[in-house]
Amino acid sequence: MRIDCQHVWSHISAYIDGEVEADLRAEIDRHLETCEICSAVLDSTRNVVVLVADDRVFELPAGFGQRLHERLDRELELAGP
Amino acid sequence: MVEPPVERSGGSKARGVASEAETIRRILAGERRLFHDLIRPCERPIYLLLLSLLKNEAEAEDVTQETAIKAYLNLRNFRGDSQFRTWVLSIARNEGLGRLRKLATRREDSLEADTDQQTGDYTPAILTSWREVPLEALERKELGAILRKAIAGLPEIYRNVVLLRDIEEMDIKETAAALDITEGAVKVRLHRARALLQRALAPQLGAFAPKRKGWFGGRA
Repeated sequence: MRIDCQHVWSHISAYIDGEVEADLRAEIDRHLETCEICSAVLDSTRNVVVLVADDRVFELPAGFGQRLHERLDRELELAGP
Repeated sequence: MVEPPVERSGGSKARGVASEAETIRRILAGERRLFHDLIRPCERPIYLLLLSLLKNEAEAEDVTQETAIKAYLNLRNFRGDSQFRTWVLSIARNEGLGRLRKLATRREDSLEADTDQQTGDYTPAILTSWREVPLEALERKELGAILRKAIAGLPEIYRNVVLLRDIEEMDIKETAAALDITEGAVKVRLHRARALLQRALAPQLGAFAPKRKGWFGGRA
């Protein structure tokens, strides 16, 4: 089986997560060895996934935890589970 | 070059289901204050899910608090057939939808408007090379802002999946349970979301890659 670029793109997310079947993964790997475009698409997508996962991208508002636990404290005083 | 799958440091399985069950047992037996420890690891995913839904920090924080209280008051109903975090995220989602209805300010990209059947262009940005943007580049505030803007620009059904799966590093099964969708839908939405993010971000991220000699536009 020979796969084309569109076929590779349709599996990029699963490929990044290691969730493609071994045979397909081998085909994609073979394609990537010679296709600069798909390699760049894969690298850029993987880079985006790693960047957005960093805790610095989304930070909780200042004092968030304190306000939450103070409100919880008041509730815990009022009622049992 | 073939690289291994992206490693996920979150490791939801490592959160200790057994100790979680024991903590819940003790809370129900009267050690109420232990609920603080139980809810603490869930605060961030709850808030981010609600921020995705409500698009307002103050509302998201308020509903996060209400979700935590509701989880506490209903703790006896938690059957333990999922992680506590999954259960509490389901509560958060319902509370968030309830708040949206109350506010009657459904966004243009409302849940009803987006379905997995809809067609769209999920072709990635076509590149011939890629210079990796290292995590250190996040020290620059504008990079975080660009990433947040791209995520905020996703249709809601894709944004929720990215937040839970890629940002909070939950597995497919837990993401599906928290959002009350199938695992297949999680995979489809995640694939589309990543393609949309790559297309939106690839043209902008080059400026954050380490400088390479003879390459225009790059900078440290």
